[in-house]
Amino acid sequence: MTWINQVVQGVLLGGYYAVLACGLSLMFGVMRIINLAHGDLVVLAAFIIWLIVEQSGASPFVATLITLPVMALIGWALQRGLLERSLRTGMLVPVLTTFGLAIVLQNAMLQAFGADMRALAPQIGDLAFAGWAIVGEIHVGQLSILIFVAAVLLLGGLHIFLRRTAFGRQIRATAEDADVAELVGVNARATFAAAAALATATTALAGALMAMRAAYDPYSGPVQLIFAFEAVVIGGIGSIWGTLVGGIVLGVAQSLGAQFHAQGFLLAGHAVFLAVLAGRLLVDRIRSGEGLQRTLGLDS
Amino acid sequence: MTMLRVDALDAHHGLLHAVRDVSLEVAEGEILALIGANGAGKTTLLRAIAGAHPPTRGRVLFDGADITMLPAHRRVRKGLALVPEGRRLFSGLTVEENLLVAGAAARPGPWNASTVLEVFPLLRERRHALAANLSGGEQQAAAIGRALMTNPQLLLLDEVSLGLAPVAVETLYRSLQLLIERSTTIVIVEQDLDRALKVSSRIVCLLEGRITLEGRSRDITRNEVTGAYFGLRGAKFAEARVS
Repeated sequence: MTWINQVVQGVLLGGYYAVLACGLSLMFGVMRIINLAHGDLVVLAAFIIWLIVEQSGASPFVATLITLPVMALIGWALQRGLLERSLRTGMLVPVLTTFGLAIVLQNAMLQAFGADMRALAPQIGDLAFAGWAIVGEIHVGQLSILIFVAAVLLLGGLHIFLRRTAFGRQIRATAEDADVAELVGVNARATFAAAAALATATTALAGALMAMRAAYDPYSGPVQLIFAFEAVVIGGIGSIWGTLVGGIVLGVAQSLGAQFHAQGFLLAGHAVFLAVLAGRLLVDRIRSGEGLQRTLGLDS
Repeated sequence: MTMLRVDALDAHHGLLHAVRDVSLEVAEGEILALIGANGAGKTTLLRAIAGAHPPTRGRVLFDGADITMLPAHRRVRKGLALVPEGRRLFSGLTVEENLLVAGAAARPGPWNASTVLEVFPLLRERRHALAANLSGGEQQAAAIGRALMTNPQLLLLDEVSLGLAPVAVETLYRSLQLLIERSTTIVIVEQDLDRALKVSSRIVCLLEGRITLEGRSRDITRNEVTGAYFGLRGAKFAEARVS
């Protein structure tokens, strides 16, 4: 029963990772940018929400709704002012740019908010700890369920948006070939900026959920980035549903790892990530015609 | 009436001077064929006209307005469409989605998804297939259809028969004939000289980025074109063949 419980908790944790990874996946899928500041944008969103709640006494959910367009605007400005320029020089400069941005954000937040840990748990009342008993010893937290539902709605909504709407079609076309998209009348720059706004808007949701389920400080971003990155890679880059699956696989691995050993939580997550990565490389090399024996070095 | 005017245009690919001081005019309703060897600058010239390649000097005028600084998507809205070399469909989108992406910014006009599928019947049953899974002929038809979706006044066609089976080329040109009858103005790049002379009303021959021959298709002989194509004078070339 304990193991089943761990799997259930892992799946629910995976929902959080999927929300976290969604924006990262979108930025990479559309603009081919690995946004190393993604985790810090999530933390920034959490601080903005916290600030609104502190100043106005509004509910964290209302504050999140207000923060969504704020983060979208930040994403738009980042794309137009920073990433678009750095993309002109190739793949490497955007990575360095977002790395620099991450450091700037971390230290700016330290300057503005101090090094104290914050959390939104006190502002959401019972939701922070209340749970439901399903069967036997298995209890699920109400907040965990809420996060999981939010994940399915967010990723499902994005999937439908990209597949079924005219604007989604335009984003997919521009992601594939911006040059040709321009030639059929699509404003590629504006489309990229809109996609960046959308991707960054998701950090408001991720930031809210992060602050409700745990405490954070200005340096919490990089860890969030690692989890998001692992979820994206496990699920397959550029695939929206894959990101949800990747998040769940990561969550279950961590949760089961923690059952084995107190230190197993992070270790098992990283191990699954590396195993998937190695498996992919292996499959790619076998598919490219090198054969299993040569790939494994058994032919010599 | 002059629809397109290219004025002393220069374009570079890094250090390569691909288009050199090219000036040409295309009148409304005209079919202009651009001829030249690989690397003569035909594709670069078309891309510069469409706004996909920034020229280093010179001007492009469309309908009397200077569009040299206009980004490609704004030129599409003015009625200029390029079918790029190598077709370049959005391979992860279906045929229909490829058409609809182009239709989103369309000018008002006769073309929409259903009229395009009428002209290219081979696409109708493939409309829900991913563009990546089409045959070469189907892809080229889809690429032309995608350009038509924008309701262009001037259609630029770059190497439409490249890499296609003869049957596919035949089908394609039969569909193009329909466009010509609907009095669309077309600039076409075609390697098949006979076909280029037959389909066009005027030809321009490019050699190493420069115009070496220009004239009405029915007044120009195959020999003159071959000479201009390889950089030989018509007379010299004829002599060379005799000796």
